[in-house]
Amino acid sequence: MGVPVSIQGTVLIPKVAKGSPVFKTVAVVGPPNAGKTTLFNRLTGLRQKVGNFPGVTVEHHTGSFRLDSGEEVSLIDLPGVYSLNPKSEDEKVTVDVINGVMPGAERPDAIILVLDSKNLNRHLVLAGRVIALGLPTLVLLNMADELQKQGGQVDVLPLARQLGTPVALVSAVTGEGLQAVANFLVATPHMPEPLELPIFGDPRHCREWAVRMGSRAAYRPGATPEWTRRLDSIFLHKLWGGVIFAVVIVAVFQTIFSLGQPASDLLQKLLDGVAVRLASVLPAGLINSLVVNGVWKGAGSVLVFLPQILLLFLVIGILEDSGYLARAAVISDKVMAKVGLNGKSFIPLLSAYGCAVPAIMATRTIENKRDRIATILIAPFMTCSARLPVYTMVIAAFIPNRPVLGPVVGARAVVMLSLYVLGFAMAVATAKALKSSVLRSRDVAFIMELPPYRWPKWKSLGLRLMDRANAFIFRAGTVILGVSILLWALTYLPMHNGQPPAIGDSAIAKVGHFIEPAIRPLGFNWRIGVGLLSSFAAREVIIATMGTLHGVDPESHAMALQEALKSDLTPAGAIALLVFFAFAMQCASTMAVVKRETNGWKWPILQFLYMTVVAYVASFMAYRVTLLYWH
Amino acid sequence: MLFNFMKARPASFGHTLGDLAVGESGILEDFDMPQSIAEHLINLGFVPGLEVVVARSGPGGNPRVYRVDGTEVALRRDLSRCIAVRPLRAQEAEMR
Repeated sequence: MGVPVSIQGTVLIPKVAKGSPVFKTVAVVGPPNAGKTTLFNRLTGLRQKVGNFPGVTVEHHTGSFRLDSGEEVSLIDLPGVYSLNPKSEDEKVTVDVINGVMPGAERPDAIILVLDSKNLNRHLVLAGRVIALGLPTLVLLNMADELQKQGGQVDVLPLARQLGTPVALVSAVTGEGLQAVANFLVATPHMPEPLELPIFGDPRHCREWAVRMGSRAAYRPGATPEWTRRLDSIFLHKLWGGVIFAVVIVAVFQTIFSLGQPASDLLQKLLDGVAVRLASVLPAGLINSLVVNGVWKGAGSVLVFLPQILLLFLVIGILEDSGYLARAAVISDKVMAKVGLNGKSFIPLLSAYGCAVPAIMATRTIENKRDRIATILIAPFMTCSARLPVYTMVIAAFIPNRPVLGPVVGARAVVMLSLYVLGFAMAVATAKALKSSVLRSRDVAFIMELPPYRWPKWKSLGLRLMDRANAFIFRAGTVILGVSILLWALTYLPMHNGQPPAIGDSAIAKVGHFIEPAIRPLGFNWRIGVGLLSSFAAREVIIATMGTLHGVDPESHAMALQEALKSDLTPAGAIALLVFFAFAMQCASTMAVVKRETNGWKWPILQFLYMTVVAYVASFMAYRVTLLYWH
Repeated sequence: MLFNFMKARPASFGHTLGDLAVGESGILEDFDMPQSIAEHLINLGFVPGLEVVVARSGPGGNPRVYRVDGTEVALRRDLSRCIAVRPLRAQEAEMR
């Protein structure tokens, strides 16, 4: 069995590793689950960036591949496609980019086609279509190591002759055979015309063609690993499947809270330490205050969420790469169907407990447009990590820590849990309402491919985490930073003789007094009003704002801030504030990402109005009801 | 109108994928569903003429997992009832 894959991996390509590239831009194309992204990551490493083509929601990565000569070739990673039918958005993008009609993308002068060597009978159909486009193409039969392990085989030489393109067996995970890419880029051999291409349109004929190509290359796919079947008989078991699912979900949350919270706290301490240093190094005055209270505090309020968000994505990434998430979607489908959605909405909604921004990006896997929009619209109701510090502060200030259910479960835990339930219940109600009215869809179909189980690879997990971290810091960070600076400016204006005004005379107080009549029915005063306004940038900003308004540093004097809050709110007002935060769309970054993903302002504006109205009404009701029982 | 297309089944549909029990198999014949969904199924390996095996049923019996062309795909019961198959007898399935 020890035939090294890499030896037969490079055929019909002269063995010259050095030289100048003959192509400038190369598109990487392939079906989903063929290891296309792993290959792209291996070829480009960290030399890549994410972008959106104008006018479409399909995201793509571009990166550069460095040849031995030091010269670089630019690679475009296109979305995973099964065919080139322009009816689907992903496939239209792929076709448009290859044809050079996509604005903002350079026309590629060659294609690297990545196929799963274990699934050639299906994947070669795509090869037929791509080769028919007429660009120089390198066909990579990926996962060669797995093919070999499962007792399959394929001879690349006859396949290359049939297809009229160079063909190589590679493993993107181990790196075996990837020299073929460099060889292809520096010296593409003159290839004969393909002997025979399929007649497109008739799926039966296409598949027969693919099987014929395979059989001429002595193709044997190998058997699905036995342990995938064994694991599925446990994970999809009638009884245990559900139990394991519940355990996994609890474990995900447990990990995030037990590891993420301390990490966030530690980071907060570090950032505060730097703030103190900054304050002492810079000369006292306006600049000092701008840098420390405006810029640094603003940046810090974003950064402290990073540990939790990264942890959530690490855990979800492990589940995804191992293959379990596809099973989780199958198990949750029955429940999701009850609210009119399907199992594919489960993953984004789970992510939304960390942060709605990446959750909304994760809805791309939902093919049905209406289901996708419904999922986007309900995701911000899930209790994201930005609500936690607000909940914690208000609960600690107003809810007495007395036991409710036995000695272990206290009143504070009950309130916290109720807020989680409240958000979830509103998401369910909203989904039901949407799916039985404006977003009702006729052709609902849940079609979920179950990939074999495999061990997650740290490298690809790491690259994806970097991607997420970047997206979060830059997309969310810039907005929050901007608002913190604006807020800082408003508390420092108007200046009197070069001195900032007392907080009650500042511009921000005027704004607060202006909106006070609107929020008085909820039991809020003008300070809470200012806090609310600032929290529409990002929820947690309210803490820093309340600190500024009371002249208390929320970090070092958390108790003092809690005491100060009691002068702003009655207990009923505090409950109303919690309910408001459970429902309101107070997140500029979420709105920005919804706008991008839905391709316009319609949905984010509707969503904002809906959530704000729900929050206001529910908050008012919570205030009046609480007043009856608790003055 | 919800799920309408899935309920309306033409009389010509004898056996469907939804009628097969776990462990049974059949030869794919035809789809009765919107073109886009049928195409997606074909891309995943549900090509007429191929054999499909009901690999297992998920918790609660829905969705079920089918094995076709070397991959496993989960489908809901209602969609399975829109896929016409010719059931294979046990010996016939073994011979293939």
